[in-house]
Amino acid sequence: MTETLHNLYVGFSVALAPNVLLYAFVGCVIGTLVGVLPGVGPLAGISMLLPASFGLDATSAIVLLAGIYYGAMYGGSTTSILMRIPGEAASVMTCIDGYEMTRKGRAGPALAIAAVGSYIAGTISVVGLMLLAPPLASFALRFGPPEYFALLLLGLLVLAYMSGGSMLKSLAMATLGLLLGMIGIDPMTGFFRFSYGLVELGDGIGVVPVAVGLFGLSEILLTAGQPTPPEVRKPRLKELLPSREEWRDSLWPIGRGTVLGFLIGIIPGSAHIISSFVSYAMERRLSKHPERFGHGAIEGVAGPESANNSATSGAFVPMLALGVPSGPIPAVMIAAMMVHGISPGPLLITQQPELFWGFIASMYVGNVVLLILNLPLVGIFVNVLRVPYPLLYPAILIFCVLGVYAVNGSAVDVGIMTAMGALGYVLRKFDFETAPVVLGLILAPMMEMSFRQSLSMSSGNYTIFVNRPIALVMLMVGLGLLLLGIAPFVMKKLDWRDKLGVTAGQEKENI
Amino acid sequence: MTTDRLSGTVLALFAVVVIWESRVLPLGTFRQPGPAFVPILLALLLLTLGIFVVITGGRAPLFSSIGWTEWRHAVAILTASIFSVFAIERLGYRLTVLLVLGFLVKVVEKQGWVLSLAFALSLSLGSFFLFYTILRVPLPEGPLGF
Repeated sequence: MTETLHNLYVGFSVALAPNVLLYAFVGCVIGTLVGVLPGVGPLAGISMLLPASFGLDATSAIVLLAGIYYGAMYGGSTTSILMRIPGEAASVMTCIDGYEMTRKGRAGPALAIAAVGSYIAGTISVVGLMLLAPPLASFALRFGPPEYFALLLLGLLVLAYMSGGSMLKSLAMATLGLLLGMIGIDPMTGFFRFSYGLVELGDGIGVVPVAVGLFGLSEILLTAGQPTPPEVRKPRLKELLPSREEWRDSLWPIGRGTVLGFLIGIIPGSAHIISSFVSYAMERRLSKHPERFGHGAIEGVAGPESANNSATSGAFVPMLALGVPSGPIPAVMIAAMMVHGISPGPLLITQQPELFWGFIASMYVGNVVLLILNLPLVGIFVNVLRVPYPLLYPAILIFCVLGVYAVNGSAVDVGIMTAMGALGYVLRKFDFETAPVVLGLILAPMMEMSFRQSLSMSSGNYTIFVNRPIALVMLMVGLGLLLLGIAPFVMKKLDWRDKLGVTAGQEKENI
Repeated sequence: MTTDRLSGTVLALFAVVVIWESRVLPLGTFRQPGPAFVPILLALLLLTLGIFVVITGGRAPLFSSIGWTEWRHAVAILTASIFSVFAIERLGYRLTVLLVLGFLVKVVEKQGWVLSLAFALSLSLGSFFLFYTILRVPLPEGPLGF
């Protein structure tokens, strides 16, 4: 412990150097900006600035790129809360209750809680990263394709079970999302699937066009032509910060989201994306008033935002401790390190202590910078709501088109967004939730790949999924949730959600 | 006809379409799944779920009870969005945005000429400057360089 504290002291002395502090600040600003803009996600931001970082020293370069990453995690929540447009995939769940809070004039508290929750989660998870990196990384390495498949399947089942309304309909939407994820080149055999000659569909349907369409565009389709404009109460100055009750209600969700996000984030791969979905589902299940979810429950913002930010730190565990990228963004950061002649891995801590501990310390600093940067901006962001709706929704449409086009420079993506917007409009009319579609789309390629890799490993023997303990446990939990969900149909008893007054009919105004 | 029965039927029919479209792909075997294996598996699952939604859909609201009062605006917005798909790379970003905003603000929302023009011009030029010039996001320019 003494040695760790000493190392942290060294790290802070590096991180608080004026030039490193400057790059942390610049990274956070750029990260927040790219997070706010749908389409220009953190990967695009980091990739664009990677060449610019070549001229910097290693520590400054990594600090800059890391600042963009977790800045984007926070920035994505701003448009989710204010306009129901997810800045990136991890912000999708924040749209649900965050936007409802905005409509009730509580945009300020929602943004503030997102900022504070992200700060607390980011800070605590950095402590976890600092203390637990080596042992946790070893655990994470035990995740192979069977465990990965089981984890992703569990994530889908958890979301479906915890959703309000019909579990059948949620599962159907998740399956629809998985089917959408089948579009494109089959990674194992190279066959084009369901692309109908469109080259742009060879890489599959992007998450951003689907999420922006299903959430952002469908929202303006539903509200633009209403006889009375959508009720978005303009907040007063004193309402920009959360009330004491809202602080109290957010505390446990922030804590739970932090732990959950960190544990999911350390798993190699892009599993950290599901952290916000699972956190939302968990908070809804644990809440004494689950009927408030979907109508502006602050827990529905605090939990997912904390999980999201915490997973970001967790994702660095395999990268730093083992040199194993847990996703495309850590992979780019490993590339940045290698450009500077640094090989991440078990020896990084001993061979480059100032880099490792400087990086850890910069994450503390970065979280403070984000809080200082974004809290005062809450008032400015909220003023967007004062624009009359007949002018606001056309601007939102342009924002959606621009953001989606910016992903790949492809008009086909805008077409996909339009189609998804129309689909989301109809789905919401018919009382279907749209979040499972997005989650299914995100997970489909990973699930199929890990499923087929597992069968390759076992020469086609399906018992591989039950012979490995971690996979078996997760599959058993998933099966349990499924049986609990269908039990009411078999036993003809009320579902626990019905007992609490949460029925499909009451969810009409939800997603 | 309830909403669930209608939507369940549509989901089931969509699943059948997916199974039909998958016939051109190799199915593989149970032990060595081919590219069609997982899509067909998912489509069968969706078909099953769709049928269950239909079976349990008796208590859902009637389809006729759904209000569609905003359909005209929805159609206008979708039309504008579809226009932007075809126009953005042919006419360029700025002109496309100008036309889309002009249509929505002036024609659909019936705002005044001055306000409509000022709003459309400022958003079109301002967003191009911010994204293209400052953030270096590639945006298409039209044949006239505008």
